[in-house]
Amino acid sequence: MKVGLFIPCYIDQFYPQVGIATLSLLEKLGCDVVYPQGQTCCGQPMANSGFEHLTHGCNELFVDHFEGLDYIVGPSGSCVLHIKDHLHVEGKEQAATHIRQRIYELAEFLTDVLKVDHLKAKFPHKVGIHQSCHGQRGLGLAQMSELVAAPFSKPQRLLQMVEGLELVELKRTDECCGFGGTFCVFEEAVSVKMGKDRIADHVNNGAEYITGNDVSCLMHLEGILRRQKSDVKVLHIAEILNSSI
Amino acid sequence: MSRESILAAIKKNQPEQQALPDLNAFRRTGPGDPAAFRKVIETLGGQVFEISSYAEIQPLIAEHQPDAQKIISLQESYLPGAMTEWETGDGGRQYEHVDLAIIPGQFGVAENGAIWITDVEIKERVLPFITQHLAIVVSSQDIVPTMHDAYAERIAQPGGGFGVFIAGPSKTADIEQSLVLGAHGAKSLTVFLYSPKA
Amino acid sequence: MEHQHKEHSLLAEEFNANEPRVNWHDETLWWVRQKRDKMAWTIPEWEDLREAASRIKHNVLGNLHDYLLEFEKNAQANGAVVHWAADAAEHNKIVLQLLQEQGVKRMVKSKSMLTEECHLNPYLAEHGIEVIDTDLGERIVQLAKEPPSHIVLPCIHKKKEEIGELFHEHLGTPAGNADPKFLTAAARQHLRAEFIQSRVAITGVNFAVAETGEMVVCTNEGNADMGAHLADVHIACMGIEKIIPQRKHLGVFLRLLARSATGQPITTYSSHFRAPKKGQQLHIVLVDNGRSRQLGREDFRNSLKCIRCGACMNTCPVYRRSGGHSYHNAIAGPIGAILAPNLDMKEYADLPFASTLCGSCSNVCPVKIDIHQQLYKWRQVITREGYTKKTKAAGMHAMNIVLSKPGLYKTAGGIGRWVMRTFPAVVNNGLNPWFRQREMPEPPKESFADWYKKNRKQ
Ligand code: SF4
Repeated sequence: MKVGLFIPCYIDQFYPQVGIATLSLLEKLGCDVVYPQGQTCCGQPMANSGFEHLTHGCNELFVDHFEGLDYIVGPSGSCVLHIKDHLHVEGKEQAATHIRQRIYELAEFLTDVLKVDHLKAKFPHKVGIHQSCHGQRGLGLAQMSELVAAPFSKPQRLLQMVEGLELVELKRTDECCGFGGTFCVFEEAVSVKMGKDRIADHVNNGAEYITGNDVSCLMHLEGILRRQKSDVKVLHIAEILNSSI
Repeated sequence: MSRESILAAIKKNQPEQQALPDLNAFRRTGPGDPAAFRKVIETLGGQVFEISSYAEIQPLIAEHQPDAQKIISLQESYLPGAMTEWETGDGGRQYEHVDLAIIPGQFGVAENGAIWITDVEIKERVLPFITQHLAIVVSSQDIVPTMHDAYAERIAQPGGGFGVFIAGPSKTADIEQSLVLGAHGAKSLTVFLYSPKA
Repeated sequence: MEHQHKEHSLLAEEFNANEPRVNWHDETLWWVRQKRDKMAWTIPEWEDLREAASRIKHNVLGNLHDYLLEFEKNAQANGAVVHWAADAAEHNKIVLQLLQEQGVKRMVKSKSMLTEECHLNPYLAEHGIEVIDTDLGERIVQLAKEPPSHIVLPCIHKKKEEIGELFHEHLGTPAGNADPKFLTAAARQHLRAEFIQSRVAITGVNFAVAETGEMVVCTNEGNADMGAHLADVHIACMGIEKIIPQRKHLGVFLRLLARSATGQPITTYSSHFRAPKKGQQLHIVLVDNGRSRQLGREDFRNSLKCIRCGACMNTCPVYRRSGGHSYHNAIAGPIGAILAPNLDMKEYADLPFASTLCGSCSNVCPVKIDIHQQLYKWRQVITREGYTKKTKAAGMHAMNIVLSKPGLYKTAGGIGRWVMRTFPAVVNNGLNPWFRQREMPEPPKESFADWYKKNRKQ
């Protein structure tokens, strides 16, 4: 199974350890992983700001890099959702469609494709899950609290396989953290307030770590935590699932 | 004047027609549950008394609404001796001074405690709203499970020029979301759930 | 670009100056959202019901022309007079004329978002007619000379102490009394006097049934009924999208509306107005005001399905923390943000951006409007039409150049983690808005791409 590793731009630039954890986790689970060099961005920051028409360049690059693979996996629900919903390239529509159908966020790839039911990981800490909206409401990584429907959570299922890890319960299970792409700077006041409130929920319930499937949200929360000089840390789910004894 | 231009714009812009959904799957078979009906009304702030004869109404009112002086009972049998109508000649304004109005309800809905009332029975439309307190008499045989059943079985066609579902006393939560009973309409609702002894 | 109002982000920042108040606002509305959840869960077929409601409304959009004619015919047969208004101005003129015919100077009105949209009250005031809003929340904001901040809970932004002061000033209640029960009783007394003297009453409309020509109005307070039944003339104002095909469809909508709005099983009163009472006039004003245009926008026409329950506001994490007035539009929140650009794209260009696109709104919406997707699509339209700030556009172009050229991206990243610096720069307000309340991520020694090259030679 040939898996293309999609590392979104801000992970590449700021959180290389998340990329490394993702890669090593996939390798441990027996995937043949390739990382197409020269990849940049899915185009989401521009598209969400109303500039989808500028994303042709990003789209073409993306198709060039990830054409012809069995699966494409990325440790970001938001970027994966953007590709799934918006990747189109004139003249390469077939390849683009293949990618749209074959791209997975890491956690869903583990539960749905690799059907992982146990992991050799240990992380003896209290952890709160931040359900990033695009992964959750867009990709369906977990049931949405608004719907009258049976609950499930793919990230939670994976984290429960980790030895010693204790999940904390939150008051609001899936409220947005306020990152929202360029929202975080254009609507700074509300964005930060939303982030502070999310953090308070985790902290009040005893979390030592906040984890999630989107580094963008975690970067925003980490920025606030560090400003607050809090001891609470953020970790991408790949880092926890890849942490060994 | 604008009628034609609005209609023309709509005709030009409206999307392709799509079929209406079938609502039958939402129907329940069988009658509605009077106990469930009662429970909802109580959560809405209403009072329910189960009675097997109208004669029980008078003592219940004497006990629970001792201050009610001016009482209108739209049916003589509910409260013998009470006024059955009041030709106020001012469009119902004087009903403001009615302490308690006892009116018949056509049927109730178990899922939400709503009771259907029309101007065929109440004549003056404003009465159930303007009266200080309201009591409705409804038969426990006349409870339907859901709103779908209500519209399908009972009120597929309008009877009268005005009809209303009333569920509980008038209320508001506009001030800091604190629930207060008695906004502009009746301050309290009493339901007499009538099941004659077999 | 000249705007009549400050932008959402600035108004939201002002709102956030008082953090305890933001917390209170957020918690109050979240509580309403939770009540809604609880009610929804009492109905196992909830999601099917939403789907049915959405499909009924879709059918309405596709048949609106015929349904309106059917409604008009039946309403006329019932004894109502039907008026058509192309826009807000015409609507206001029609209402004014009816009032002038009656010679009234003061009259009551129950909740109608449409008349808010048309700015009816100030228009009538200019012509010497005072409108008394009778919904308690609306009366409160009216006394405070403010617009409603929420379509269902008009004064949700106000504290009871502030309301106590308003009542003290306007209704003569004792100073310092802020007990909701007491204040509600005072309002009841004050407004009953208005109902009783008012010869004309305006109401809104929740649903208008084509099959029967009747209109359904839902309230908890009973104010629509108090007004309409006592008046000699009842004027019902409605947007043309309020039509539903048949009476039985009310079953679906009445099950959804109050549960979604406030977590009640149904509103206290669901009044079905078919024919005027003896001796009374009933006028129905059908208003377009941009709706037929929105109907033609394929991406946005679904917004016309809205039944104004307010659930999307209660769940919106941005609305809860920015307050209704930050949307500077009669209808706030997510639904306001997709309706407003249709009315004035320039004036409301900021609203579709006042969202993180989290999608919670679309999930609670009882008629399943794809609200967050429409927000995304409005962003594209607004940008294409040139209503985006120049600095933002320049930043986006710069970002695009870098991100679509791997070589450039690499150097830019290498010399200082380019993305982080460009993002904030596009706001151009002299401050780095990321850094104001957040730390920047610490730049790592090497990027993932660099690490990969070293560690996974291929
Ligand atoms: S858009 Fe949907 S959720 Fe929002 S007010 Fe309208 S019907 Fe309610």
